[in-house]
Amino acid sequence: MVGAACAYYAARSGLTVTVLDRGPVAGGTTGAGEGNLLVSDKEPGPELELALLSSQLWRELAELLPPVTEYEPKGGLVVASGEAGMAALRDFAAGQENAGVTAHEIPADRLHDLEPHLTPALAGGFHYPQDAQVQPALAAAHLLKAAGERVRLRLGEEVTGLLTGASGEVRGVRTASGEVHGPYVVNAAGTWGGELARLAGVELPVLPRRGFVLVTEPLPRVVRHKVYAADYVADVASGSAALQTSAVVEGTPAGPVLIGASRERVGYDRSLSVEVLRRLAAGATALFPALAGVRVMRTYAGFRPYLPDHLPAIGPDPRVPGLLHACGHEGAGIGLAPATGLVIARYLTGGEPLLDTAPFRPDRFPAAV
Amino acid sequence: MARTPAELVGAQPEPPFEITLDGRPVAALTGQSVAAALWAAGILAWRTTRVGGRPRGAFCGIGQCYDCLATVNGEPNRRACLVPARPGDAITTQEGHGRADLSV
Repeated sequence: MVGAACAYYAARSGLTVTVLDRGPVAGGTTGAGEGNLLVSDKEPGPELELALLSSQLWRELAELLPPVTEYEPKGGLVVASGEAGMAALRDFAAGQENAGVTAHEIPADRLHDLEPHLTPALAGGFHYPQDAQVQPALAAAHLLKAAGERVRLRLGEEVTGLLTGASGEVRGVRTASGEVHGPYVVNAAGTWGGELARLAGVELPVLPRRGFVLVTEPLPRVVRHKVYAADYVADVASGSAALQTSAVVEGTPAGPVLIGASRERVGYDRSLSVEVLRRLAAGATALFPALAGVRVMRTYAGFRPYLPDHLPAIGPDPRVPGLLHACGHEGAGIGLAPATGLVIARYLTGGEPLLDTAPFRPDRFPAAV
Repeated sequence: MARTPAELVGAQPEPPFEITLDGRPVAALTGQSVAAALWAAGILAWRTTRVGGRPRGAFCGIGQCYDCLATVNGEPNRRACLVPARPGDAITTQEGHGRADLSV
């Protein structure tokens, strides 16, 4: 998704772009996502700025992309089970509001107006109307299509090396089928962004953070917003390697309800964890008791590309002239993709920077000892 | 005369029993799936799609495509091709998601 957005905005700025993917479109990081476009889970700071810009850009893109991409500005609802949780949400929302986020406190007795199937055993919540959702794989594919003839798509073609000139500047990439020349290379390899950086001889510590999603049978609109428990925000921000789960539940236009969210650092291990699935199901049915009688059709796992400080790497790499990075967005890559693409396109065309990208500098991590 | 799979393998099944589709009696054999029993009775559709209300029945027949969903004994979204028919099973044509009870 991030790569598609970079290609789209670069092409719109008049550049010609070759998109290389070793797999199909959205076959790596994007296809395993839920398509969250969230501001609600972000504390004030550089990532929230990027998310707010993205949220605006997604609204523009939604006009351009076909309805099949399922863009839904449905809003988020964060709920707390007790008064302590509610107080924490209130503090968090107050900070966000100063940064431009819209958040409305919903008292316990009004939660049902927003979500009729929600358990009555809650202390209240916050409604975030700017939260939205897309079907990420289709959004990526249609955005590449919308980019037009300036974007050439080469799928199933893996980058095996970087071509550099006499003074170390980027001249293109090598793939199994030959060389692709260009003055700039953008690393949008998601969870595998660290490997691509290594081909260029630089260290970018992108690591996988595994997550499972449960997919229910198609239902009527049982869940209307993206609904999640307050502890989700703490889990997202945590650096722990141990398994963390928090209930995140959302309906889709196609009918199935998606249930997350788990986080664990287990490398690229794709093996099914019954314990994770059990915890996800328990979390979801605690929020929505009606889901207890509903069947889960399938489950899928994916790897969030995370960097040690939980911020993405966006912008030129001062260590290799011509190399730019656009990866490491952890679980927020779909949401942050348009702003990332626009920032990258500005760098490529020498335009005015859109926002302060210093916190996203790709070389901000000390070299591994 | 058409030869049935049962004839081809020389099967000698137990006497048929009865299941119903929307209240109408259908004969089924021990070991048959609900979909097989309905097909044997010449019934090809037992669900309507969620969006267009179009008829659906068995497609893959091996539990992968989820096209043959039916409401079996009041429980929606059962894959008719995998559910073994049992005497007295009440199959009802499933309209859309079959979960109208959850609509608010």
